[in-house]
Amino acid sequence: MTAASDVIIIGAGIAGSAAAFFLRQRGCSVTLIERGLAGQQASGVNFGNVRRQGRRLEHLALSNRASVSWRRMRELVGEDIEYIQEGHIRICYRDRPELLDNFAEYAGEARVRGLELEIVTGTALRQRFPFFGPDVLGGSYSALDGHANPRLVAPAFARAAKRNGAEVIENCEILQVEKAGEDFLASAADGRRFHAPILLVTAGAWGNRFSTQFGEPVPLVSHGPTMCVTEPVPYSIRCAVGVVTPVKEEDLYFRQIPRGNIIIGGGPRNPSYPDLCRAYVMPRNTLNQFKQLRRLAPELTRLNILRVWSGVEGYFPDEQPVMGPSRTTSGLYYAFGFSGGGFQLGPGVGDVMAELIATGQTTTPIDMFDIGRPALSATA
Amino acid sequence: MAGPRVIIIGAGPAGVRCAETLVAAGIRPTIIDEGRRDGGQIYRRQPDNFTRSYSTLYGTEAAKAAVLHSCFDALRERVDYLPETLVWNISERVVYALRLGKLVELPFDALVLCTGATDRLMPVKGWNFAGTYSLGGAQVALKSQACAIGRRTAFIGTGPLLYLVAAQYLKAGAGVAAVLDTSPWSLRLAALPKLLAMPRALFNGMALTLALRRAGVPMYNGVTPLEITGSGEGGVSGLSFKDARGQAHSLACDAVALGYHLRPETQLADLARCEFQFDAATRQWLPRIDPDGRSSVHGVYLAGDGARILGANAAEASGRLAALAVLKDSGHPVETDVVDGQRRILARLERFAQGLRQSFPWPAHFAANLPDDAVVCRCEAVTVGELRRVVAQTGATESNRAKAFSRVGMGRCQGRYCGNAAAEIIAHAADVPIDQVGRLRGQAPVKPLPIAIAEDGA
Amino acid sequence: MSGRFVRLAESARQAVTIRVDGKPVQALLGDSVMVAVLTAGGHLRESEFGDGHRAGFCLMGACQDCWVWTADGERLRACSTPLTEGMDISTRQPETTWPDHA
Ligand SMILES: Cc1cc2nc3c(=O)[nH]c(=O)nc-3n(C[C@H](O)[C@H](O)[C@H](O)COP(=O)(O)OP(=O)(O)OC[C@H]3O[C@@H](n4cnc5c(N)ncnc54)[C@H](O)[C@@H]3O)c2cc1C
Ligand SMILES: Cc1cc2nc3c(=O)[nH]c(=O)nc-3n(C[C@H](O)[C@H](O)[C@H](O)COP(=O)(O)OP(=O)(O)OC[C@H]3O[C@@H](n4cnc5c(N)ncnc54)[C@H](O)[C@@H]3O)c2cc1C
Repeated sequence: MTAASDVIIIGAGIAGSAAAFFLRQRGCSVTLIERGLAGQQASGVNFGNVRRQGRRLEHLALSNRASVSWRRMRELVGEDIEYIQEGHIRICYRDRPELLDNFAEYAGEARVRGLELEIVTGTALRQRFPFFGPDVLGGSYSALDGHANPRLVAPAFARAAKRNGAEVIENCEILQVEKAGEDFLASAADGRRFHAPILLVTAGAWGNRFSTQFGEPVPLVSHGPTMCVTEPVPYSIRCAVGVVTPVKEEDLYFRQIPRGNIIIGGGPRNPSYPDLCRAYVMPRNTLNQFKQLRRLAPELTRLNILRVWSGVEGYFPDEQPVMGPSRTTSGLYYAFGFSGGGFQLGPGVGDVMAELIATGQTTTPIDMFDIGRPALSATA
Repeated sequence: MAGPRVIIIGAGPAGVRCAETLVAAGIRPTIIDEGRRDGGQIYRRQPDNFTRSYSTLYGTEAAKAAVLHSCFDALRERVDYLPETLVWNISERVVYALRLGKLVELPFDALVLCTGATDRLMPVKGWNFAGTYSLGGAQVALKSQACAIGRRTAFIGTGPLLYLVAAQYLKAGAGVAAVLDTSPWSLRLAALPKLLAMPRALFNGMALTLALRRAGVPMYNGVTPLEITGSGEGGVSGLSFKDARGQAHSLACDAVALGYHLRPETQLADLARCEFQFDAATRQWLPRIDPDGRSSVHGVYLAGDGARILGANAAEASGRLAALAVLKDSGHPVETDVVDGQRRILARLERFAQGLRQSFPWPAHFAANLPDDAVVCRCEAVTVGELRRVVAQTGATESNRAKAFSRVGMGRCQGRYCGNAAAEIIAHAADVPIDQVGRLRGQAPVKPLPIAIAEDGA
Repeated sequence: MSGRFVRLAESARQAVTIRVDGKPVQALLGDSVMVAVLTAGGHLRESEFGDGHRAGFCLMGACQDCWVWTADGERLRACSTPLTEGMDISTRQPETTWPDHA
């Protein structure tokens, strides 16, 4: 038995679920197919940062487009996904004052691209962000960024897409895709087959499996970022916080949710096992976060953590996703390998991919994400 | 000979007998226990400056307690014992522990998990009020601190511990408001042939019931709990329930001891990546083990109540068996008739445990009738109604999925006290078989871990 | 209310004084923090989520419902922490305050 629609989407993470939602808004019939449950992988377990600042300048257009959706999320998906727009601050430590100059320079460039940033140092920093340790020199603050509950977002998009008429098929692993005549044929492990003239691969860390089937293998590797969460304490840190540093061990970020828990991420990543759909936190990486927290926000070291976790995320060598049309096969599109930053981008990715598929072009530039870019060539 | 590095987690009956067997074979194991003293749950030792006698503390089990304690005392020089040490993670054949604020990392060749059990709970509306304790908790208050949890304690739930703790309270002079067993009497009669596998234990159990009756303690069987009444400020003030004939009763009490037999403490097995399988008899997921306690992971063994709820005597036998398996797997000679002997003991105890399960079943059916405003997850204060809403609105029919959306099981206790009940609520609300609801995945740390944990040289 | 827990035996131990929410409380050497607090009062902490007082649940270090604070903001699991003379316990989560690094 085969089921037909205009577009088949493989992978119901935030990218695929949002794409299904926006494709429905544009009137395309959609079949969204997910191996497990919508948003169960990276999209459901990430840190939840909805952060634009710090991204490469050429990515800001996409990030800004996502930001517009984040602010309208309740209206779009019809439920609260706990988006909190209380700002984001990136800081540097005293031993790297040059980073402050980089912040200022970046802020200038970002302003031109529609992202307003404010450099905060000295007494203002201490007053507004009293939780920082003495070693924090200064920061760059983005008032219109924030954070959200990753567990809720992709499933909410998938449900909204379904309400609007998309076919959402969970617990269905696609093993094989091929183009037969004008149509793509996707065959699932359970024997089901789906066909459509357009195929969108949003399979996250598993995207390479499908691009390879169309002669476009890419150097996608997977890692598991390190996360933990504290017990609940009175809600007093509203913005999301991150460290800028060239040293991987010093990388740390945290955010507090209104229920009081503080979610902490960053530092060396963990081994990830895409075949098992699991990534396991190495205890050393958790301990490293504790050590870094002593420097970033010493008072928080009085807390206990309740839980650690990680997730399978796909990374490209140049830390940019693949997004756009296939180079080998017409009607085939990709959006995967978000290299640690795809949660914030997700709604923008879905929006742009829907636009590309429905209209043949995008108002937001995405050519730097082309699958044929040199950084992804076999030798890269 | 440099034997294998063996770590035993848990110094209860399973861990102690495991250590004893290893020491006899010339191995020096490391024993880690979170408690300040050895003995585990049943043979929990009181603080040094307490003076109650063994028979006061352990009743009919006093002799066994004394033997186990002196067994451990005799081993002290021949094992590395780390009390007050919490194992919070296991990764890549290294145990990560917290000892007096400091990090301890211990690599192992063989790991024997003897982590015991905790009470198995089904919520009752109002169980979040101060003054409701687990049955086991009520016993710990008495055993290790010589206190009762209240002036008038109502005991409700099911399992052998229900009568034992109530009788211990009575004997110690505490007020017992009632003993309310959710299991009907008829089940006990039906289970009699199995219970006769351990005639003495059966007799002791009957003696407890008799003592309670003689003292005039109101006792009911086949009850359905309705509500623990009280207030958020003042805590528990009463309890209402339906008797076997459906008649409603209410009674005044300032404390409730609640429990439905036990559940194994399996988080560490999960972190060691042992496979689990669904046990239809107890409606819960248990680590898969062979008859001697080998898990699915090479070098990881399980014994005692942390593997199967079979009681203290079985814990001793399975601790020995796990040690013998370690020895065998590391090339030590092991006599098969010794193994067979322990296996036979375990088989008999398994039969008795089946009788107990049959007599005091987990009341899965209560999940359907819990009121929406009852709290299911005490840590996160999530209600049954909220969990049902999540199931209905999001289609979440699997435990971890429902946790992700509802926060049930996401709190400090990591789902120890709500996980079993939440699974039943989900199964009923979604109309799926309980085994399909799955189990909450264990995640480190198994208990809250201070960020201030000090590392070497830090 | 007066104490929630009732002592049944072992009352000949050495007396120890601790402070609970600023008030002196008589306890006995060998008591857990939980017993010391609950023989004098009715609860250990507030539920963070608005459903009232909590007084612990399992007493065996599993449920984590008995965390209290010391006056200087340290956290203690009351059921498994033995009391020591002069301990200063708070049953209210301290407000978040930050030291001045300006
Ligand atoms: C721990 C962690 C922390 C992170 N923190 C942040 C952050 O703070 N901010 C941020 O912006 N980003 C963050 N990220 C990155 C972000 O989560 C990801 O970039 C983003 O979620 C990727 O979305 P996706 O839809 O491409 O992939 P996924 O969410 O992985 O979705 C891909 C889906 O495809 C499905 N699939 C794969 N193969 C098949 C198949 N054969 N058949 C059917 N379905 C298939 C998978 O099951 C999966 O559900 C983090 C990632 C992790 C893991
Ligand atoms: C409160 C209570 C009362 C009981 N009373 C009886 C009774 O009267 N009669 C009876 O037959 N059975 C009773 N049981 C069942 C009892 O648990 C077993 O019969 C027996 O104690 C099991 O022995 P064990 O060695 O398997 O585990 P336990 O005796 O429970 O020992 C497990 C040990 O492991 C330690 N541990 C667990 N996790 C960790 C960790 N992460 N890090 C470090 N240490 C850890 C614990 O501190 C504990 O000391 C009771 C159980 C409970 C919970």
